[in-house]
Amino acid sequence: MNKEKILEVKNLKQHFQTGRKSVVKAVDGISFDIYRGETFGLVGESGCGKSTTGRTIIRLYDATSGEVTFNGIDVHGTKSKKDLKKFNRQMQMIFQDPYASLNPRMTVKEIILEGIQIHGLIKSETEKMERVEALLETVGLNKEHATRYPHEFSGGQRQRIGIARALAVDPEFIIADEPISALDVSIQAQVVNLMKELQEEHGLTYLFIAHDLSMVKYISDRIAVMYFGKIVELADSEELYKNPLHPYTNSLLSAIPLPDPDFERTRERTIYDPTQHDTEDAEFREVKPGHWVLCTEEEYKAYQDK
Amino acid sequence: MDPILDVRNLHVSFDTYGGTVQAVRGVDFALKKGETLAIVGESGSGKSVTTKALMGLVAKPAGHIPKGEILFDGKDLTKLSNKEMQKIRGKDMSMIFQDPMTSLNPTMKIGKQIMEGLILHQKLSKKEARNRAIELLDLVGIPDSTKRIDQYPHQFSGGMRQRVVVAIALACNPKVLIADEPTTALDVTIQAQILELMKDIQKKMDTSIIFITHDLGVVANVADRVAVMYAGKIVEVGTVDDIFYNPKHPYTWGLLGSMPTVDGNDEKLIAIPGTPPDLMNPPKGDAFAARNEYAMQIDLEEEPPLFKVSDTHYAATWLLHDDAPKVEPPEAVKKRMKGNISAGEENRS
Repeated sequence: MNKEKILEVKNLKQHFQTGRKSVVKAVDGISFDIYRGETFGLVGESGCGKSTTGRTIIRLYDATSGEVTFNGIDVHGTKSKKDLKKFNRQMQMIFQDPYASLNPRMTVKEIILEGIQIHGLIKSETEKMERVEALLETVGLNKEHATRYPHEFSGGQRQRIGIARALAVDPEFIIADEPISALDVSIQAQVVNLMKELQEEHGLTYLFIAHDLSMVKYISDRIAVMYFGKIVELADSEELYKNPLHPYTNSLLSAIPLPDPDFERTRERTIYDPTQHDTEDAEFREVKPGHWVLCTEEEYKAYQDK
Repeated sequence: MDPILDVRNLHVSFDTYGGTVQAVRGVDFALKKGETLAIVGESGSGKSVTTKALMGLVAKPAGHIPKGEILFDGKDLTKLSNKEMQKIRGKDMSMIFQDPMTSLNPTMKIGKQIMEGLILHQKLSKKEARNRAIELLDLVGIPDSTKRIDQYPHQFSGGMRQRVVVAIALACNPKVLIADEPTTALDVTIQAQILELMKDIQKKMDTSIIFITHDLGVVANVADRVAVMYAGKIVEVGTVDDIFYNPKHPYTWGLLGSMPTVDGNDEKLIAIPGTPPDLMNPPKGDAFAARNEYAMQIDLEEEPPLFKVSDTHYAATWLLHDDAPKVEPPEAVKKRMKGNISAGEENRS
């Protein structure tokens, strides 16, 4: 794979002030790189900060501290309106809830065209219509759908509209925040297949945020596991599943129910106990090439022998 | 042994401005004592409506039961008045809902919510009910129960709230427990805890459980038997091994094939094309025909009956007819059928 970095996140922190003295450290110093053309999975349980990470990267929140570099440019640095527009075009987002993320008072055509209009990409009306029709076809809908409103569609179809909207401005990088969690199993497969196809055709890079580990494993090249605002493990998806090192990753993997009754009958769940190891001195260390774990010096040595 | 609950040819319809929606179109099943029956299917397949009918919770007057019987304890539940039904609901049959935030009353302390059923059905005094509620909280694994009983739902996490809902459902030792996607809103580790809790309690109390879910992993974990629903009908029913290792219906193949395996192959997922049919005008013949790549001419004309595969296993597809061509399930499904566990999973266990 071409190892050009498209996104670099360095020691990113996102703290929310929730009272005069209380601060929620939703994201607490995480670092990772995403390479062009890959799918980077970010998993963790609710409240671990995975969505906040995605939203901070795309500037929906201003970072408390740390650095996000996209195509060599600092995302959170002050920018002119023009630069900001350019950035927004390159990075798009697909949201979890296809019911809440589409404006119910806009037609599908208006929803898809909004970005194109803001960026002034296409001027003529006929070309705009052609573009909308082409996009609808790309995501598996047909042109008759352009004049309809979101409520006329099923969940899976709505998510396709959300994808068409994201694609409209020809982005390089798409953040998909739980894009399939609200959908039925058979429809999930349709949407995931579509996202994979689009990635091949358009050379997209994805940050795929989810809690469904089996789907993340299926779609991602590399996966980072988050726990309480920190990344505890990062590795190639194959390596992460075959050789999970951090005890939290282990417990998370052991909790996924698999569609295999014999396996389920014999399954032993491991329970993660955060008090078992020292989290104060833990640092993010590369145990094997490409396999990073949050651990102490002692654990680091133990992991290397594994 | 006689089944504890016997559902025969159940139909449920809803009148809407656009016409009548036939949400459930002839469902038969029996629930035995102490077993867990999982009902799986997509949203709109009628699985939730079926269980709502069992509990007498089909909203009238729009919803009604034009045909069918629900036999429980020698009574047909469809014939009971609302008042008679109230005596059964929460006592002999109780329900756990998907979203623990909306199924608890935010303005009532959880202790009071647990005690309600005990005072009403078991005629306990307030004090007895309170003691029993504390026992129940201990049973479902809520620490510090004497203090927690006086707290409100918002003071509990999602998993803890669902434990409270389980405690309410179990308060009167029901014979039948209906769980409608009880873990869908929860994280995997919390889901595992709740599933373990339900199995544990089932063992202690010999409760029969109807478990509705669309997560086949969860089904493999909890179920003894599985009923697959599509467009208001059961299209395949069998033991959990029948369904996972020897599925016969193309819809079941589709459901199994659309779940990624964790063993690292990069094959395309088998998505079931299209969407479920409109139940206002159910299609002629097999309702699944339009999405079924194995559909034959007869599927468009006549509905398949339930063919017997074995004593425990039935499937409604013409593919099982003697005259049908022999069709092999897709590769991805066949791989599961052997039930082999891949290297990655072995590593995990």
